[in-house]
Amino acid sequence: MKNNKKYLFDNPLNVKRILYVLYGTCAVLFALDFVINRKIYHAWENLWGFYPIYGFVGCVILVVVATWMRSFLMRPENYYDPEEEMSNDDNDDRSS
Amino acid sequence: MWMLEIPPFVPFFVGALIAAVTRGTLRGAIMVIIPIVSAYHLWMVPEGIHLQFEFLGYQIIPYTADRLSLLFGYIFHIAAFIAIIYALHVRDTMQQVAAMMYAGSGIGAVFAGDLLSLFIFWELLALTSVFLIFARRTQRSYDAGMRYLIVQVLSGVILLVGALFYAAEHDTLTFGFIGLEGIAGWLIFIAFGIKCAFPMAHNWLTDAYPEATVTGTVFLSAFTTKVAVYALARGYPGTELLIYIGAAMTCFPIFFAVIENDLRRVLAYSLINQVGFMVVGVGIGTALALNGAVSHAFNDVIFKGLLFMSMGAVLHMTGRMNGSDLGGLYKTMPKTTILCIVGAASISAFPLFSGFVSKSMVMSAALENGNDWVWLMLLFASAGVFHHAGIKIPYFAFFAHDSGIRASDPPTNMLVAMFIAACLCIGIGVYPSALYALLPFDTGYNPYDATHVLAQTQLLFFSALAFVWLNLKGMYPPELHSTNLDADWFYRRLFPAALQRSTSVIVKADGAMRQMFMTKLSHGMAFVARQYDGKNSLFTRAHPAGSMIMWVVVILALYLFLTFIS
Repeated sequence: MKNNKKYLFDNPLNVKRILYVLYGTCAVLFALDFVINRKIYHAWENLWGFYPIYGFVGCVILVVVATWMRSFLMRPENYYDPEEEMSNDDNDDRSS
Repeated sequence: MWMLEIPPFVPFFVGALIAAVTRGTLRGAIMVIIPIVSAYHLWMVPEGIHLQFEFLGYQIIPYTADRLSLLFGYIFHIAAFIAIIYALHVRDTMQQVAAMMYAGSGIGAVFAGDLLSLFIFWELLALTSVFLIFARRTQRSYDAGMRYLIVQVLSGVILLVGALFYAAEHDTLTFGFIGLEGIAGWLIFIAFGIKCAFPMAHNWLTDAYPEATVTGTVFLSAFTTKVAVYALARGYPGTELLIYIGAAMTCFPIFFAVIENDLRRVLAYSLINQVGFMVVGVGIGTALALNGAVSHAFNDVIFKGLLFMSMGAVLHMTGRMNGSDLGGLYKTMPKTTILCIVGAASISAFPLFSGFVSKSMVMSAALENGNDWVWLMLLFASAGVFHHAGIKIPYFAFFAHDSGIRASDPPTNMLVAMFIAACLCIGIGVYPSALYALLPFDTGYNPYDATHVLAQTQLLFFSALAFVWLNLKGMYPPELHSTNLDADWFYRRLFPAALQRSTSVIVKADGAMRQMFMTKLSHGMAFVARQYDGKNSLFTRAHPAGSMIMWVVVILALYLFLTFIS
């Protein structure tokens, strides 16, 4: 590419910084569970770190199951119309 | 009141007519002005029946307004306005006329006071929107459009039959609470359900929306499913079955969204997921739940439109839409990136963004109503929607690996449209009272208490943490060029294949039977002919010359006789 400019995330350090901010925020949010006295609508909310754990585990299960689903759902891209060529051309909206 | 009797869909239909005969800047100006004028007019419209007449002994009410329909009327005007600005650069009469007609049909449908008017707008929605898919002008889009049209028209026909049964059962066509009683109730429920993308009837959406044009998808995402949600909210509030259907709708699409490569198809799956929240709200049917459902519909039109617009901008500028081909676009499309992230934060329901103030209502209502398992499913779906729409969409389009594509930000009109949508997302998130004031019920709900904010933030941040962890571990499924089977496999593969197979078997069996019969027949004839060979009877194959002469003489004699008597 003619453009050799360095961009924000071309520097791995910046990616690391973002990740550290995320880890820090997660730690703070987890700690807040013990500080803030929340209203309880449901017994499970009393559990220690219910929302953080539910979010984390839920997402891991989601991805693992989805990956497993690929084993029997995935087909070639032109599965439904094999004789036709796939085109990625942006010939849509006839912009002038 | 000036032109009070003019139903709000009329300006759009007139606009479509004008758009058909004008060109260029004039057409663009007219198309932008119409939703503004029409919205101003609608703002003045009070509740009540504004137009009715008698037809075959039934009251036909093409134009009636209450708080529910007015709210949908407002959001449809906003959606039309934003989408029209987004499509200002388009020079394609077919698309522009279809878009105006489509917006008008959606607006007409929510102000229809009887089932017959509703049916007419229901079918108009299908007929006008399909041109936004055809307008891509590829074989794929044509096929997808035809499948879309068949499903949509089918939904309309079921609605019509249901309406006729309803008229027979209740002796009225007025569209109010229907409920799951009698054949009419179920038929109309199924018709609404198809348009609402209920599980197993959802593939028209994921099939057709990603095949529409860049601007067409933005229109499509706003109207059809929301009209269905409106219809359910009016006809079936508090129907328990809807809670479970809605909960299923929130959960199953997120699995497909995670492994889907076409980013606009990912958004189509997440559209079903969001509609699922609304359906749960309608199913619970309490004031809080209904408020949650319709306000979520209101917000979804804006943030889903914003996401479709940002992905449309990527498609428009790069010509690609697959996650596997994209990446690193933040470098040259910074504005689109930021606007997309606003949409992603809104759909993920981050506090201070619009999704939060409406989704939390549905979830609170589920808890209050004692639907614990449904609440857990919604919570899982909330984490999941952040995962696939909140992170996956911006990450694979704008970050991830550098695809080397250096496309610039899209034309100004597209950016302006996305900017308006983003402002509304943040505005509603920061100041929800403006939206709450328009809702059908006054519940005094406040989303910004420490409990809600902390719970939601924890859920989202740990979902993000899961994404990071999975990515670092290399467990995140890579974006691959592929087609994922879904329920549409049944009608796109199984049924055609079964039909083809059975047809070929029938043809073969038929051919074999004919062959057998013909062989038997000719054998029999040969046998009979052999038996009578040389005997000069009726069954003889070769007749002697003498008998021929005799028959000629007989005919001549008969001829002579006939001339004699005449």
